[in-house]
Amino acid sequence: MSNTLNVVLAGFGGQGLLFAGKLLAYTGLIEDRHVSWLPSYGPEMRGGTANCSVCLSDEPIGSPLVLNPDALIAMNQPSIDKFAPEVTQGGVIIADMTLIGSVPDAPQATIIELPATQMAEDAGFKQLANIICAGRLWAETHFCKEETLFKAMEKCVPARKANMLELNKQALKIGIES
Amino acid sequence: MAEKVLMKGNEALAESAIRAGCRFFFGYPITPQTELAAYMAKRMPKVGGTYLQAESEIAAINMVYGAASAGARAMTSSSSPGISLKGEGVSYMTGSDLPGVIINVQRGGPGLGGIQPSQSDYWQATRAMGHGDHRLVVLAPATVQEMADLIFDAFDIADKYRTPVMILADGMLGQMMEPVTLPEALSPEDLPAKPWATDGHKNKRPHNITNSLYLTAEDLEDLNIERYKRYEKIEAEEQRAETFLTEDADIVLVAFGATSRICRSAVRAARDEGIKAGLIRPITLWPFPSEAIVQTLDTAKAYLSVEMSMGQMVDDVRLVVNGSHPVEFYGRTGGVIPTPDEVLSKVRQMASELDSAKGGE
Repeated sequence: MSNTLNVVLAGFGGQGLLFAGKLLAYTGLIEDRHVSWLPSYGPEMRGGTANCSVCLSDEPIGSPLVLNPDALIAMNQPSIDKFAPEVTQGGVIIADMTLIGSVPDAPQATIIELPATQMAEDAGFKQLANIICAGRLWAETHFCKEETLFKAMEKCVPARKANMLELNKQALKIGIES
Repeated sequence: MAEKVLMKGNEALAESAIRAGCRFFFGYPITPQTELAAYMAKRMPKVGGTYLQAESEIAAINMVYGAASAGARAMTSSSSPGISLKGEGVSYMTGSDLPGVIINVQRGGPGLGGIQPSQSDYWQATRAMGHGDHRLVVLAPATVQEMADLIFDAFDIADKYRTPVMILADGMLGQMMEPVTLPEALSPEDLPAKPWATDGHKNKRPHNITNSLYLTAEDLEDLNIERYKRYEKIEAEEQRAETFLTEDADIVLVAFGATSRICRSAVRAARDEGIKAGLIRPITLWPFPSEAIVQTLDTAKAYLSVEMSMGQMVDDVRLVVNGSHPVEFYGRTGGVIPTPDEVLSKVRQMASELDSAKGGE
């Protein structure tokens, strides 16, 4: 079996899950792997929830739509309810417990309960809970080299928001060390 | 080599069109192609081109007619319902022998339908994009890289044969990001000369006319016959397809665009189970790559067309196979994306039917 990680990142619109997905995708680009990133753009996005699928693989990617993720980052209750049962055997779930009341049964997966939004708030950047979750996902799965993760962040943060780069890197570290 | 970048399919189509020499883009927003128009709005002014958001899809295609008449590389894009509105203009372009590129990032239909990916405009694109005797060259990319590459071919084919060309994509390909190496930009002198263009005769030549109105039946017949000779040449020279594990395949899947990616995964999974499956991926939908299918007729036992529709391309597969082999169909519609597992189940079922048929011999 080839080395492949299929990820779903899901939560409310505005939590930066599409951005966190982009970060993952950029790590694959930097390491010259096959990569796809597919956002939800349907009515669910307009109704306030957003998710995206990211595939990182050494093989060409078939469907970019991930139905059974190897890793799930869930940042609200509807998202964890919907996707946790679909996570593959031996998969990882990162659950932002600041926003999730109860995690549904998913005995097939390792569930990491993390108060990511609270941690971000305590660190002074409430809007970076997404990156804390991404950092923790890296710590659990090592889906790329550590330095690649930080290089990818440099590619993801646009030049006009350069002041956000350091904060994003700090959030990554908090996630990795959580 | 140029750097690989992560881009949405819609954005890659736009950037690559500009690199292929397109300097006129006329559009109208519609999900899921809006990023294409948005990208053009930002980029076109920077390269001295024209971006114009028309008052309607109909206006946009007629602006393409105008810019193409003047010899420019011009393009419009939309999604299914908007493409229907462009049908009249595409027919006029064909009747006036005007090159141009039309992009359809398909969504579910009919009517306003939905906004999720679909391939149910296959018939419209390959059969009846407008009224009258005509053909439309239709290219079907399956990756973001191929979206960037095929735009160049689309403009080249359009100019070479003086015909509109459509790129038939879908919401999945338009919205997804993948790494892409953008082709190098053409310079104006790389573009073909267009002595027929209505760009001012400056008293140095007789004036040119672009027109599709011919009231004398015999004249119109002659023109249509001449145009169909060009179509014959296109059919002979421009068919394109990619094959995957077809050499020894018992069951040959046929799928284009986003669906071909799903089928590739299904073929791999079938092979892991010992089922000899393969895939033909048409890159040109018209001309349909009959040759690629004909080459498998001696070895294949059955064909399976997989589409995001109720079954449209399957007709073309049946036309080529012409009754010599069973041709089956699997599809999802309305914006539902088939899964590799669903396709695999269908392949398994066909494999067991082939086995029991063999047992009965």
